[in-house]
Amino acid sequence: MSKISEKDVSYVAALAQLRLDDAAQERLVREMGDILAYMDKLNSLNTDGVEPMMHALEMTNVLRDDKTGAPLSHEDALMNAPVDNGDYFIVPKILEGEEGG
Amino acid sequence: MTMDWYWKSASEISAAVRSGVVSASDITEAQLRRIDEVDGRIDAYTQRWDDTARAMAAKVDKKASRGEALGPLAGVPVGLKELLCTRVGKTTCASKMLEHFRSPYDATVVKRLEAADAVFLGKVNMDEFAMGSSTENSAIKVTRNPWNLKCVPGGSSGGSAAAVSAGECAISLGSDTGGSIRQPACLCGCVGIKPTYGRVSRYGLVAFASSLDQIGPLTRTVEDAALTLNVICGRDEMDATSADLPVPDFTGALTGDVRGLRIGLPKEYFTEALSEPMRERIEQAVDAYRANGAEIVEVSLPCSEYAIAVYYIICTAEASANLARFDGVRYGFRHPEAKTMQDMYVMSKSAAFGPEVRRRIMLGTYVLSSGYYDAYYLKAQKVRALIKKDFDAAFEKCDVIAGPTSPTASFEFGAKSDNPLEMYLSDIYTISVNLATLPGISIPCGLTDAGLPVGMQLMARPFEEELLLKTAHFYEQNRGFDMGRPPIA
Repeated sequence: MSKISEKDVSYVAALAQLRLDDAAQERLVREMGDILAYMDKLNSLNTDGVEPMMHALEMTNVLRDDKTGAPLSHEDALMNAPVDNGDYFIVPKILEGEEGG
Repeated sequence: MTMDWYWKSASEISAAVRSGVVSASDITEAQLRRIDEVDGRIDAYTQRWDDTARAMAAKVDKKASRGEALGPLAGVPVGLKELLCTRVGKTTCASKMLEHFRSPYDATVVKRLEAADAVFLGKVNMDEFAMGSSTENSAIKVTRNPWNLKCVPGGSSGGSAAAVSAGECAISLGSDTGGSIRQPACLCGCVGIKPTYGRVSRYGLVAFASSLDQIGPLTRTVEDAALTLNVICGRDEMDATSADLPVPDFTGALTGDVRGLRIGLPKEYFTEALSEPMRERIEQAVDAYRANGAEIVEVSLPCSEYAIAVYYIICTAEASANLARFDGVRYGFRHPEAKTMQDMYVMSKSAAFGPEVRRRIMLGTYVLSSGYYDAYYLKAQKVRALIKKDFDAAFEKCDVIAGPTSPTASFEFGAKSDNPLEMYLSDIYTISVNLATLPGISIPCGLTDAGLPVGMQLMARPFEEELLLKTAHFYEQNRGFDMGRPPIA
């Protein structure tokens, strides 16, 4: 019995904004099942009272002077846009029935 | 006079260029011919920047002709991993997602190398988004191991390791999230160092797992690793996690002997999981230290067996968050048939991410999802704290920890690519260093009977790169044999 069902995989795929074909889905049920089963070994370790390591470095409040720097130019910001109109990134229409945008 | 400049170390090249023995342009031409000659078999380079390289070299030579002081990497040929942002060329992360991506800015490390008068030859291959241990996950091409063309170069910085090892550049910058500098360095017989988390700015490094990623050099000598760290380390205003600590002269640390140095061998690293040739060569290397007056002590890292599980929870969780930015809006691939916003996200991601990247996004999304967060992600962060504590305790008994870099030498293409879990297990000795934020280095310590390189890994306390490099350098200078060159030479 796998750790994860086909239903779980399609739920997670939806969260991750991925679409899987049947073969990929089937494969992921098996592979994620194996990997998650392996991860279960952590349960054999008692971590009561252990403070989780949330940060890689013990730093607090890294501040800098609030100075204006040179921003990315408009042109540079748009240079990789899949679709743009010279001023804005263009995406498919979000709301039905409205013109323009 | 013709010389094999492409086999010279970065320190030799830089010294020769600075003293006027050779021009940066001559070095560059020799290096480009070398790439012409061998890269058809290795396929380390994904982009060649011949024109950029020549222009950078000419600039260095012009500076020299005007009597200006040259930087510490004057004329040194460098290959950059595909995930370092550069204004020149593309920054693809070896992914279809970023196939056409041109960065509008340079990574801090790239700027610092350029300011040190290095010459960029182009970009080198990697596993897609640095996810993999063999470079087989590249969407661009297959890179082969110069020691045996049937074998993988390791990963994810496989292009970097193969290029350095085949004499296709003197230095390559890679990145290491769970071993991606040290493991390919081990498999290709070169030196690879992952500095302490925070030592090098990550600005302009395309993020995989932000609490683990670190940039570092792959080189043919320990001195060259030190030389590169002198240039790339230090606080950067653009990366709030870069440590505000003075950067010592790492090359100045490469002196003295190892008398009295306490070297710890973690008993958990020398089990049956370690293949025989690796164990033998590493024990010989440890003997060399012992014979020179180092004190060898056994240490224990009891949580080692949990490291892979912890790592693949934390790195996939962070990756799923980091890679969410590739939504097809501002850069990257947008599916041409997507008609709605939702379709644009889903169709673009599904078409452009390769299988391993998708798998990790899926795992990361799962372990962060409601109902599983505590069981996986929070649990992993707690065990990560215990792993760090293990190292703190071990470093009470020793100054440096020594062990293998990889459980086996290089393997043939396809040997592990069908089984993700087995591929993940090949990171067993390297990932704890990332989890505990320590510096780690892999240095060559011999060949297997089949002629494949073996690497030893050394680890030190956070920000003790000087001791790490000194210890590695001592072995390199005193190992009593020459690693030789790969048969491709």
